[in-house]
Amino acid sequence: MSATPLLEVEDLRVEFPTRRGTLVAVDGVSFAIAPGEVLGVVGESGAGKSLTGMAIIGLLEPPGRIAAGEIRLEGERIDHLRGERMRRIRGRRIGAIFQDPLTSLNPLYTVGEQLVETILTHLDVSRGEALRRALQLLSEVGIPAPQARLGHYPHQFSGGMRQRVVIALALAAEPRLIVADEPTTALDVSIQAQIIALLRGLAREHGTAVMLITHDMGVIAETADRVAVMYAGRLAELGPVREVIHQPRHPYTAGLMGAIPKVGAVRRHARLVQIDGAMPRLNAIPPGCAFNPRCPKRFGRCTAERPEPLPVGDALASCWLYADDSR
Amino acid sequence: MAAAVASWLRRAWEHDLAWSFRRSPVTILAAFLTLACVGSALFAPWVAPHNPFDSATLNLTDGFTPPAWTDKGSAKYLLGTDDQGRDVLSTIMYGARISLGVGLAAVLFSATLGVSLGLLSGYLGGRLDTFIMRVADIQLSFPAILIALLIDGMTRIALPRDMHDQLAVYVLVLAIGVSGWVQYARTVRGSTLVEKNKEYVQAARVIGRGPFAIMLHHVLPNVMGPVLVIGTIHVATAIITEATLSFLGVGVPPTQPSLGTLIRIGNNFLFSGEWWITVFPGLALVVLVLSVNLLGDWLRDALNPKLR
Amino acid sequence: MIRADRPLVRLIEVGRDFDVSKPWLNRVVEGAPRLMLRAVDGVSFDVSQGETLALVGESGCGKSTVARLIVGLYPLSRGRIEFDGRDLAAPDTDAARLRRRMQMIFQDPYASLNPRWRVRDIVAEPVRVLGLAATKGAERARVAELLRQVGLAPEDGEKYPHEFSGGQRQRISIARALSGNPEFLVCDEPTSALDVSVQAQILNLMTELQERLGLTYLFISHNLAVVSHIADRVGVMYLGRMVELAAAAQLFAAPRHPYTRMLMDAIPDLEMSGKARTPVVGEVPNPLAPPAGCAFHPRCPHADARCRSERPQLRPAAAGAVACHAVAEGRL
Repeated sequence: MSATPLLEVEDLRVEFPTRRGTLVAVDGVSFAIAPGEVLGVVGESGAGKSLTGMAIIGLLEPPGRIAAGEIRLEGERIDHLRGERMRRIRGRRIGAIFQDPLTSLNPLYTVGEQLVETILTHLDVSRGEALRRALQLLSEVGIPAPQARLGHYPHQFSGGMRQRVVIALALAAEPRLIVADEPTTALDVSIQAQIIALLRGLAREHGTAVMLITHDMGVIAETADRVAVMYAGRLAELGPVREVIHQPRHPYTAGLMGAIPKVGAVRRHARLVQIDGAMPRLNAIPPGCAFNPRCPKRFGRCTAERPEPLPVGDALASCWLYADDSR
Repeated sequence: MAAAVASWLRRAWEHDLAWSFRRSPVTILAAFLTLACVGSALFAPWVAPHNPFDSATLNLTDGFTPPAWTDKGSAKYLLGTDDQGRDVLSTIMYGARISLGVGLAAVLFSATLGVSLGLLSGYLGGRLDTFIMRVADIQLSFPAILIALLIDGMTRIALPRDMHDQLAVYVLVLAIGVSGWVQYARTVRGSTLVEKNKEYVQAARVIGRGPFAIMLHHVLPNVMGPVLVIGTIHVATAIITEATLSFLGVGVPPTQPSLGTLIRIGNNFLFSGEWWITVFPGLALVVLVLSVNLLGDWLRDALNPKLR
Repeated sequence: MIRADRPLVRLIEVGRDFDVSKPWLNRVVEGAPRLMLRAVDGVSFDVSQGETLALVGESGCGKSTVARLIVGLYPLSRGRIEFDGRDLAAPDTDAARLRRRMQMIFQDPYASLNPRWRVRDIVAEPVRVLGLAATKGAERARVAELLRQVGLAPEDGEKYPHEFSGGQRQRISIARALSGNPEFLVCDEPTSALDVSVQAQILNLMTELQERLGLTYLFISHNLAVVSHIADRVGVMYLGRMVELAAAAQLFAAPRHPYTRMLMDAIPDLEMSGKARTPVVGEVPNPLAPPAGCAFHPRCPHADARCRSERPQLRPAAAGAVACHAVAEGRL
């Protein structure tokens, strides 16, 4: 892991002012992504992982806003940028892949036109050169007969092929970081496998870092180097993927791993590990640790103080079990 | 009991709709005006300063009195009198009764017809759907006024002469009602097509409910939203249509003048100088229709989930 | 307890076509032909009383259509469905009466409950329609009992669906499905729209209810891991056809059909064992123009001339059935 992180998120806080009060959707989240690394951000719905991604790309929908914290890309602050300056960063240095390939592409323009436009907007090349790069990108993402496909419209591609085009678009301007928000959720299992492999391979080849946001631990296991687990807008655990999956420290992560059905590992009808209750709504987060009402290992301190990410092994876990002085 | 009502009221006040209402001064004004018009029309017999249709109270010599603030006016007749000595303010109040009554009744009829046809069309589909929608398309190629005139004319031919006046109001309601069902039907049909494919409808089918039960109990409550908005704005259109028909002389009989009739009668005197006999009913009509329209606009925006 | 001698549901060569032709006018003007989509093509299987049969496959394989054919949401185009030994389509069968013994749970917890109805009315609907409660009081008691059974409180009956989370709504769906005392439950991807931890709760609940009430499940899913936890037998579908049908333990230990193997390989490896896997090839072809012969042949590494021309039948192989020429010929 090299010295300067590519992306640094420090104490990020995303709020939504509503007429019933302010909702804190992301609360004091910090992590870093090294160049070329794949960081998985995993959590269930409402955990705040998509909003974290949106905040980084600068696509937070008002009234949502970044209320505190800093986001630094290659050392420069980007969280306070607006308008034209943000636009130049987005697309050029940060690429984005969203969940629905159908709505990510403009149905009125051919795939070739969209690629060329993106390349020309961000790179100082001639039109011919842009066309050549577009062709190369299409073949890199595994689209057969790319020359002919350049002139096709999005609806002429199948779901899996469209997502490949979206990946090509994200890579077009040679970004340093790609934020992928649930890129495989809408796809069939067999296509999912292909797309995951593609993303991982391309990231390695181009040296692009990837922030992979998903609720699917399996996808993380296949693709990520490190993983951040989010719960109720906070960071529960952060560490190397092997460690978090095989040795989860935070009780939530442990519960999550136990709840995931695994093929062939257990005998049929075995009870899955169940975490009772549900993730608290944003306006009803309990004091102390957000997970404490559902935690089998809860003790006194958990209901009173909110835990900081504490080092344990190679990972960080926001849990009082790992404080040296706690009891 | 009182506590329950109070708590319901408090929740209603806090509701998104009430909050959006409170934020818009234009809407509050429109609502107030609509309420004032409706109130004075409803309670006309008690609220109006005079009864313009009781010939015993009429005084021909009081005819053509100008409004109270002009030099020949009198405080007794606030907005002046017409040629027969009837107080203009009172005739407006009574006239608004007819206008509002016909308007509301026509909208109710229209909505019932349109919603039913839209539901059947959307849910049952097939040839029934094609037929109803073609009829709707054909009807839409005619202006609504023409349709209303057509129906009015046909019923006049069908009914014996002496019954004309008695049934005029009902015929009017029928005419305006039939001319307006298409917008409800189209909207409801669209919503029904969407709801039909939702899983709660499929669940009801699996449970074994018949198509009519499903349409009535499951689909209808979910497609009524836009109907309310269309209906509110339609009230304004219906009132105008009635006024137009009455102005043309084929609406309500002169014994029960609506605002439209009043405008027509007053029109005769406009250029001889007695402007107040037509202008005030005209203004009343404008205020009524405008406030209902604004209320409908607010309702449409407030209920639109995309704008929230 | 599974009664293998008593098939509760039998599907025999079931088929369903959808007419996706352009409107009549367009066809006349453009001279375009009628287009029929064969969503389900010659599917046969039994579900024994007390068992859980899972149907797996990717989008467009027809598994949801099979579910809807069984409960009667779509009419059959071909074939026969028997419930408790009686043909549901035969004129002298009281199909409506038989269908009262089956219910369905849907995938989308947000669209499967009428947003304008209170929960108690939603759950009570089958009770009312089937006339199972003599008085209002009995009905209310039944609803309360059902809500408790699925892990909710009786007071929740007064609320509206939007006040509940996805997992809770799915519980309400289950309560509704159970209120008519069905024997057979068709579950169309009931946990696909739920978070992992909620999914675990619902799967545990469904297993518990099956044991307690002696239910038979047809469980539709695209998630093989979920299926491995809940199914006794598994049927794998591809492009409207059944390609493999076997006991769950057998299927997951030793899948025979090349498509099943491909699906297994495509499952993300949580163990991160680094096990070698065959990369997945190609995409599901357009169901409007299925390949000739075996539907899977364009993506199959073992396809030969026979596969390209002749459609394989579901034949017994080892402890299950496979529709594959390569397996039948012993090449695989």
